[in-house]
Amino acid sequence: MIVAERKPIEEITGYLAGHKSVLVLGCGTCVTVCLAGGEREVSILASILRLSNGAKIQENTIERQCDAEFFDVIKEQVASCDAVLSMACGVGVQMAARIFEDKPIYPALNTMFCGTNDGAGQWSENCLACGDCKLGIFGGVCPVTRCSKSLLNGPCGGSVDGKCEVDPENIDCGWQLIYDRLKTLGKLDVLAENSQPRDWSRTHDGGPRKLSREDVAGL
Amino acid sequence: MAKNENKSGSNLEKVLSRGEFAVTAELGPPKSADLDLIKKKVELLSGWVDAVNITDNQTAIVRVSSIATGKLVLDMGLEPIIQITCRDRNRLSIQSDILGAYLLGIRNVLCLTGDHQCFGNHPAARNVFDLDSVQLIQMVKNMRDEKVFANGEEIKNSKKAEVKEPRMFIGAAANPFADPFEFRVIRLQKKINAGIDFIQTQCIYDMDRFADWTRGVCERGLHKKCKILAGVTPLKSLGMTKYMRDQVAGVSVPDYYVKRMAKAEDAKAEGIEIVTEQIQQLRQIEGVAGVHIMAIEWEQKVSEIVQKAGLKR
Repeated sequence: MIVAERKPIEEITGYLAGHKSVLVLGCGTCVTVCLAGGEREVSILASILRLSNGAKIQENTIERQCDAEFFDVIKEQVASCDAVLSMACGVGVQMAARIFEDKPIYPALNTMFCGTNDGAGQWSENCLACGDCKLGIFGGVCPVTRCSKSLLNGPCGGSVDGKCEVDPENIDCGWQLIYDRLKTLGKLDVLAENSQPRDWSRTHDGGPRKLSREDVAGL
Repeated sequence: MAKNENKSGSNLEKVLSRGEFAVTAELGPPKSADLDLIKKKVELLSGWVDAVNITDNQTAIVRVSSIATGKLVLDMGLEPIIQITCRDRNRLSIQSDILGAYLLGIRNVLCLTGDHQCFGNHPAARNVFDLDSVQLIQMVKNMRDEKVFANGEEIKNSKKAEVKEPRMFIGAAANPFADPFEFRVIRLQKKINAGIDFIQTQCIYDMDRFADWTRGVCERGLHKKCKILAGVTPLKSLGMTKYMRDQVAGVSVPDYYVKRMAKAEDAKAEGIEIVTEQIQQLRQIEGVAGVHIMAIEWEQKVSEIVQKAGLKR
């Protein structure tokens, strides 16, 4: 899922200064699951804003902010406000800005990464959405995301006791994970192969990416 | 390597291909536009080493560029080994720099991944890592031997122009002590497959573990495919000894040396004594073709170490 966290309240109130009526808009998908921008978090943030901000605060949560159709049900409510505070990821914030052309849309969250839930209150980054997945080679552990330097022929000299020197407390060495996994699978020979330079044009380096699929167009 | 002599024509290449025990050192460029400091370091090292590594913004701290310093050092009569990291430059920039460095007379390059920017003085910087060190080696090798750029195009200015390729003697680093230990020899193998001519190791204190590593290297015959220069760093004080032991990733310092440094009346002299002994031990290990003396901000001791270790210059 896309993992996000709420911005500091001062930053949020800074955006809202001068607005008289604000809709705090949650999203029912990823940010609900990662407890950052769902109905519950909308309610908490709205309460805080009512105490700290002079504006009239409304609240609502739609199923998905990354899909235009889900905004239909709130069009009238948005029309009655002079700003929207979106608790979606950056994708949802941008969709809201596209739909409500004449309304200021502010982000309440910092969108962090595509990651896993590792237990209560713990998430970690696992996928950079690079557009050229090599997990089949590296035993199901992504070197582009899990190695701090995105090395394809790692590990570097900064791997000690399975930890990355960038932050030994919190970051596992991605290459130790790859090594251990391939060892378990009896496929260490894969690591003797030199991995060629990546085609970064498939990643964001090629500009904002688009995907069109004829097979589902018009469905 | 003997068969394929004169890849670059560098002094280091000649020394190693003649089978002489090579000596290299490090020269860290200044953190300011200070030419005198470069001159001073060159004076301390000239005549004592075969070539000197010019570091590339080491530990991610901004310094005079390695190629600019390398050219200055070369003009002062000392042969540079330009370090190039993957942290700050993409494949376009690195190839352009290789061409430029070659035209400036630089003939040795050491291909490194590069320290993460979080350790330096611009931790908010964006890193590049378009390539990793293995891919960088392959690219510089292909420029020299296949005479092509990373995209496969021939290195010539136009269709009708003559091919003019940069011919570098290619080195890399190896850390025999980092984890996973079993993977360290494989990683050297990958660098050899990519095309290195020599490696310099991380500084060695744990002789037993280094000997284990070189045994693995020799069993695979890798010492015949690239020249191995063993890295050493003289200890200056007990504080530094403990720092190297506890704080530097991939360096292990056995208790034996910690005790010696603790007991010593003159810690600096003891540090020089230890490194001299180490060099003599390293010379006895099969597969070691030279020594890389990393006297960190202690360049004035290199001549003493070289003389005491009996390395003829």
